[in-house]
Amino acid sequence: MRYHTPATFADAATIAASAQGVTRFLAGGTDVLVQLRAGSVLPDDLIDLKHIPEVHSITRTADGGWRIGVAVSGASLGANKDLVADWPGVVEGMELVGSTQVQGRATLTGNLCNGSPAADSVPGLIAAGATVTVTGPSGTRDVAVQDIPKGPGKTNLKAGEVISALTLPARGKNAGDAYLRFIPRTEMDIAVVGVAVSLRLDGDKVAEARVALGAVAPTVLLSDACAKAIVGTTLDAKALDALGAAASGECNPISDKRGTKEFRIEVAGVLARRAAKIAYDRAKGAKA
Amino acid sequence: MPKDEIKQTFRLVGTRPDRPDGLDKVTGRARYGADFSAPGMLWASVVRSPHAHARIKKIDASKALALEGVKAVVTRADFPEVPAGEYWDLQENTIAGERALYDGHAVAAVAATSQLIAHDAARLIEVEYEILPHVTDVDEAFKMDAPVIREGAADYSVPEGSPPNVVKVLDFGRGDVEAGFASADLVKEGHYTTEATHQGYIEPHACVGQLGSDGKGEMWVCTQGHWYIRRMCAGVLGIEAANLRVTASEIGGGFGGKTTIFMEPLSLALSRKSGGRPVKLVMSRAEVLRATGPTASASMDVKIGMTKDGKLTAATAVFRMQGGAFTGSPVDAALNCAFACYELPAVHHLGYDILANRPKAAAYRAPGAPMAAFAVENLLDEMWGELGLDPLDARMMNAAKEGTKSSYGPTFKRIGFEETLEAAKAHKNLSVKLGPNQGRGVAAGFWFNYNGDTSVSLAVAEDGTAQVSVGTPDIGGSRASIALMVAETLGIEYEDVRVSVVETGALGVNEPTHGSRATFATGKAAVEAAESAIKDMCRRAAKKWGIDEDAVEWVDGAARPAGPNAGKFPPLSIVEIAAKMSSTGGPIAGHYEGNPPGVGESFGTHVVDVEVDPETGRTEILRYLVVQDAGRAIHPSYVEGQYQGGAVQGIGWALNEEYVYGADGRLQNPVFLDYRIPVASDLPMIDTVIVEVPNPGHPYGVRGVGETGITPPLPAVANAIAAATGIRMHSLPISPSKLLAAMNAKRKG
Ligand SMILES: Cc1cc2nc3c(=O)[nH]c(=O)nc-3n(C[C@H](O)[C@H](O)[C@H](O)COP(=O)(O)OP(=O)(O)OC[C@H]3O[C@@H](n4cnc5c(N)ncnc54)[C@H](O)[C@@H]3O)c2cc1C
Repeated sequence: MRYHTPATFADAATIAASAQGVTRFLAGGTDVLVQLRAGSVLPDDLIDLKHIPEVHSITRTADGGWRIGVAVSGASLGANKDLVADWPGVVEGMELVGSTQVQGRATLTGNLCNGSPAADSVPGLIAAGATVTVTGPSGTRDVAVQDIPKGPGKTNLKAGEVISALTLPARGKNAGDAYLRFIPRTEMDIAVVGVAVSLRLDGDKVAEARVALGAVAPTVLLSDACAKAIVGTTLDAKALDALGAAASGECNPISDKRGTKEFRIEVAGVLARRAAKIAYDRAKGAKA
Repeated sequence: MPKDEIKQTFRLVGTRPDRPDGLDKVTGRARYGADFSAPGMLWASVVRSPHAHARIKKIDASKALALEGVKAVVTRADFPEVPAGEYWDLQENTIAGERALYDGHAVAAVAATSQLIAHDAARLIEVEYEILPHVTDVDEAFKMDAPVIREGAADYSVPEGSPPNVVKVLDFGRGDVEAGFASADLVKEGHYTTEATHQGYIEPHACVGQLGSDGKGEMWVCTQGHWYIRRMCAGVLGIEAANLRVTASEIGGGFGGKTTIFMEPLSLALSRKSGGRPVKLVMSRAEVLRATGPTASASMDVKIGMTKDGKLTAATAVFRMQGGAFTGSPVDAALNCAFACYELPAVHHLGYDILANRPKAAAYRAPGAPMAAFAVENLLDEMWGELGLDPLDARMMNAAKEGTKSSYGPTFKRIGFEETLEAAKAHKNLSVKLGPNQGRGVAAGFWFNYNGDTSVSLAVAEDGTAQVSVGTPDIGGSRASIALMVAETLGIEYEDVRVSVVETGALGVNEPTHGSRATFATGKAAVEAAESAIKDMCRRAAKKWGIDEDAVEWVDGAARPAGPNAGKFPPLSIVEIAAKMSSTGGPIAGHYEGNPPGVGESFGTHVVDVEVDPETGRTEILRYLVVQDAGRAIHPSYVEGQYQGGAVQGIGWALNEEYVYGADGRLQNPVFLDYRIPVASDLPMIDTVIVEVPNPGHPYGVRGVGETGITPPLPAVANAIAAATGIRMHSLPISPSKLLAAMNAKRKG
């Protein structure tokens, strides 16, 4: 195994582009190192991104959004009060990842690029409308987060492409988001179902909404049907029922050791209703 | 509420001093299995079958052996032939012979100069398999046309024409069961299943083994019983037991799973083949889950009859249990414990020990009893509920007590089941009002407790302090409890007694810390050893005073003239006697070798409150009460720890833990991420009440508390869920998926 510590994303992309065998980027390593020790993925080239400047920083963008470095850990996200105030749902998704020890290392980008349909931070990012900047041998491009996952363990990044930053849009007024997952225990589990809702209110009415569903299909889903079910409503019982039905209707899950297909479909509806209520309350000013 | 015929108050017994191993453990100084190293040591890695059942056609290690740093590869061919029986089974489980019998079965092992090289080398060993049909489910394995795990494994108890994987049949009872059912007002039957669970100890198996061409060897190992390691390794390797010296490390949990061998002979065989260099072998979590001994999975039918007042008239149990690819599921203990809590005029038990393509079962805390309790206490609760009876009152009406002829044979001496029911009834948790979707469940449990071969030696040091050498590894605080009993007996301070777990070369044979026996048996042996040292010291005092040795008594750590001589001489303290030991006859010591009689059974009653999320089927434990008879709690903190630990393991078994096998017979969840033991945040503080009905068979009344506590939680949780939802779950675990499906079925009518 060759271990690289490039100083720029361009260098990282060049190394990755010329690598022949199994290649992995090393952010927090909480997937990469676990897979390595288990012998399930033995990289020939391991490209550590943590020596590149700015990867540990969280900054406000000119338009009031957020730029998050690719080595920012879950713990640092949670410690940034302004970010938490803007995007509590995104942060709570990331904070559900692992334990205190894992939180000290694990990153949003790593969670996204590991490609798990059950990744806890991804529904929140998709609901938020987050984008990533991709650096490759032929320059950089911006991509919506929902376009990165391809299937379990796979992304749409091409050989030699690396994510160089993650951007959250400006939150704006009267808005809130929330993420809920179902696990049989209270922590240290993989989501059986995960649902994120981000919405903006106009008075008591939902003006805009984005709903993302995790662990119910090969990739995290952004659901228009769910959004339609609540936009224009006050999130009354009828709207919540419609949301639940829409969420269940979007699911295309498998039965596995973590839960049955039927269970995932039903609970996706339950969590969509519950998450929407929390997001609604937050948009009304409730603190996370 | 001590109901005490023996002494009531003690200077030290019943207090809670710091444990002697505490500082080492909290500072990281304590040495666990993987912490041993030796000069010139090699590392081992094991090649395991990815198939549930496969013929091993060829093993080619040439590429591995060509790798720099690789020193030896062993396969079954490196082990001697041993006759059928315990050692053959252990050898076959240590390393597969003609066939791999389960996913994870060891096929070959390699030793190299580093752990990385060893793992790389293991990947280079090529094994050619012919995949055979497999069976992992207990009911499937019980069928006439199931894939046969091993011809000729059945013993004399199995009737002609039985299904081919049945290796043992148990059939016993007493009284006229049919008449009992005929006289009942309510008779019910139920079918129950439980999935296999693993003990889930945090420390994986680890050892360093060294064996020279002279046949002399040494081993450092994480185990509950190093004499078992010695005997079993010697049997599997064909060496003499006394030539193998085994030292037990500190132990990060065992719960029965470390009372046998799994990979230890591999390290010794590799050492022998690499010129006697020490070989270290540390299992990964996946290896622990795939290839060490979980408990059995069970399929059970229970039938119970009772009068309209709830008095039991008869009961029967038919249990089928698979304990992996070898004889040894705990179906016998399960049957013996099934109805042990109750007075029963007529009872019958039938049990089948069944082979399947799963790892060889090992003991797990009260082996078999939790499954039995799940079936029996579940049905009892349903029936008493139907009759409108209070679950504690109904149990009290039927409770086994002193003089009861137990369901499994013996007549109980002094036991404390009724006292646990009384204490549960009086506990504050019982008066908490429950809300919607909440339910309260009660269940009782039992374990025999055990004595076993025990050797202890005690010596008084020159300054009057005492050292105690024991052979039962300290898992739950036994050094503290033994030190308390010895200090109490000698009349010295707790801090002046040091208890050490010593290697096999230092004592006679000791059985492991199992069967809830260490505080009972090692404790009793240590007290006997102290008594004989006291006798020797009294003899020395008598000699000095020139009086008869029977005229000397031992009080408060000193010899005193007694009877007609009382007061004639000032007492001689242990410090004074010890200071003169050399000139008064040499070293002062005492020892005990035997199988200490006087075992006392332990009963428990648990009460749990749960809340079930009606939309997801998720069960939350709101509060949990353990009441159990300890006989006497020598160190109450460690008794409470056993109660809480048993409850927590039982809750995990009831709600989420299970071995999940795919259609290919491979274990799907060999990591703690998916093998879901409870995490701390899942649980409330477990409330405990220690009932003390002293065991007359122990000098301080000890019964043993390690196992009873895991028996009631399975049915207690199921009964609470039934109370919360109106649904009786007959199959464990009661996972959210299963419970939600059952609730939906009920809602649909
Ligand atoms: C004990 C434990 C518990 C866990 N619990 C959870 C949980 O509850 N929920 C959950 O979702 N996950 C969980 N995980 C998985 C893991 O912690 C998360 O997926 C984490 O967010 C991964 O981030 P990382 O920075 O450690 O990624 P790494 O391991 O460093 O990388 C992961 C993948 O992303 C790729 N990658 C990393 N950075 C980039 C980049 N900039 N550009 C392109 N590709 C990149 C790597 O090549 C690799 O394939 C758990 C892991 C452990 C060990």
